[in-house]
Amino acid sequence: MFLQHVADGILSGAIISLGAIGLTLTMRILRFANFAHSELLTWGAYSALVFVGFFMAMDELIGGAFGGPIGPLSFGWALLVAAVLAGCLTAAVALLLDRLVFARLRGHAGHMTLVFASFGVALLVRNVILMGFGPDPFYYSNELQIAVRVGAVRVMPDQVFVLGLTAVLVVVLHLFMTRSRTGVHMRAVAENPSLARASGVDVDAIVRWTWIIGASGAAVAGVLYGLTVQLRPELGFSLILPLFAAAILGGTGSLYGAVIGGLVVGLSENLSVMVIPSSYKPAVPFLLILAVLYFRPRGLFGEPR
Amino acid sequence: MSAALLRAEGVIAGYRPDSPILHGVSIEVHPGEVVTIIGPNGAGKSTLVKAIAGLVTVSVGSVRLAGSEIANLPAHRLPARGVAYVPQTENVFGSLTVHENLRVGAASVPRRAAAARFDAAYAVFPVLRERRDEKAHVLSGGQRQMLALARALVPEPELILLDEPTAGLAPRVAVEVLDLVRGLAARGVAVLMIEQNARAALGVSDRGYVLVEGRNRLQGEAAELAANADLGAVFLGRRRADAAPERA
Repeated sequence: MFLQHVADGILSGAIISLGAIGLTLTMRILRFANFAHSELLTWGAYSALVFVGFFMAMDELIGGAFGGPIGPLSFGWALLVAAVLAGCLTAAVALLLDRLVFARLRGHAGHMTLVFASFGVALLVRNVILMGFGPDPFYYSNELQIAVRVGAVRVMPDQVFVLGLTAVLVVVLHLFMTRSRTGVHMRAVAENPSLARASGVDVDAIVRWTWIIGASGAAVAGVLYGLTVQLRPELGFSLILPLFAAAILGGTGSLYGAVIGGLVVGLSENLSVMVIPSSYKPAVPFLLILAVLYFRPRGLFGEPR
Repeated sequence: MSAALLRAEGVIAGYRPDSPILHGVSIEVHPGEVVTIIGPNGAGKSTLVKAIAGLVTVSVGSVRLAGSEIANLPAHRLPARGVAYVPQTENVFGSLTVHENLRVGAASVPRRAAAARFDAAYAVFPVLRERRDEKAHVLSGGQRQMLALARALVPEPELILLDEPTAGLAPRVAVEVLDLVRGLAARGVAVLMIEQNARAALGVSDRGYVLVEGRNRLQGEAAELAANADLGAVFLGRRRADAAPERA
């Protein structure tokens, strides 16, 4: 039983990690807590649903080669392509929201004004989705999945895919942040935007890259979360505390911190049900945030200046 | 003397349009020359350098580099135009490695030219090559200053703006840093420097300006300024700030 909770914790933690990476980047580079970030997960998940619906309709016209499930997974290539397109669309939406709301406030308004603006944006995005799709849940696939036994635990093939894809994306992001010119510039802007600007870095371009990476990561996390549960307009809202707990626990701005933070949050939530009623499970991220802020305010991997 | 590389004329600038800190400051820097700006706290020295670096808005006046107007250009475009800026504090990216700091300095450099620029910077500061993979926050104060200078050199600037390069350094290290500044000029790079340690800075400078309350107060050859008996009085702000600029 313990090992099963550990496995479930790692799997749910992987999704939290992916969402928290984008959140921690925006918190560090844009310098405000973006409460609308979790709604980008919802937007991404529903965008992929629309693309999947379109592909499935097209698939029937071309003879069904595209829509069938891949091996033991519950989904086919249509969802993978849809996830990529959803990432692009969500990045475009994030850039639009920045242009319409956050860019107008950045540099003029205080930190808290941006935070409250993000609350407004979150409400707007959530309710647009609610109006468009209604409150009923959706699923990417109606295929039934049979859990497979791996040692002492049982896991769904989709969950293994989620874990593997998260690992790949984290490695790709790590290489991007350390090897690419833009990645190094992002880390420089995160630490000292004024010095970066004086060194020749186009900070506005880096801000756009931050939205693109954060939003597309959120969209993929939303799709993966939607794969393992169901799509509801509150999908992102239900993850807001775990995402912030992971980002704060890992240390704001730290890629690896967000990954470890997400795994710790996922494990803590799943293991907590062994000692407390499951209805208290959502309180666990709160306790983690409190503990981190009390004992190590810069988080596990917060870097010294 | 050669034509001025940098010519700032009648610069009025500040952090808020309604309360300028500079009230019509004018300076010149010639190619390969070290020019020091001195003055009491609040004289507007840092504001002047930031205005030239594009970090403070110039509301009136002009800033010309080799004849081209650069006032109020976005700060990130200035390294490509030949102007590098090294601030007084937090002048390295502590969470980045030494080499990554240089990569940030190469933001305006074409990718194919970057490697040669890094080699050139390491040739000037060999100790940085030895520590290229270490995080900048572990460097000593003097090495940090070297890294800040090396990063500024990567785009091969014509003019480097230095805001108190010896601040917080041990006296021996401060002398080394000022020698490095002189060495930059020997390579043909013009340096405009702010220093609290006026006598030491004038010792490595060609010329100097004294600012008081956002206005030019004195200017002249560095040796003449250093010997000026009135310098202490001006430095302490005892002279009338609205008086016309004098030659030292």
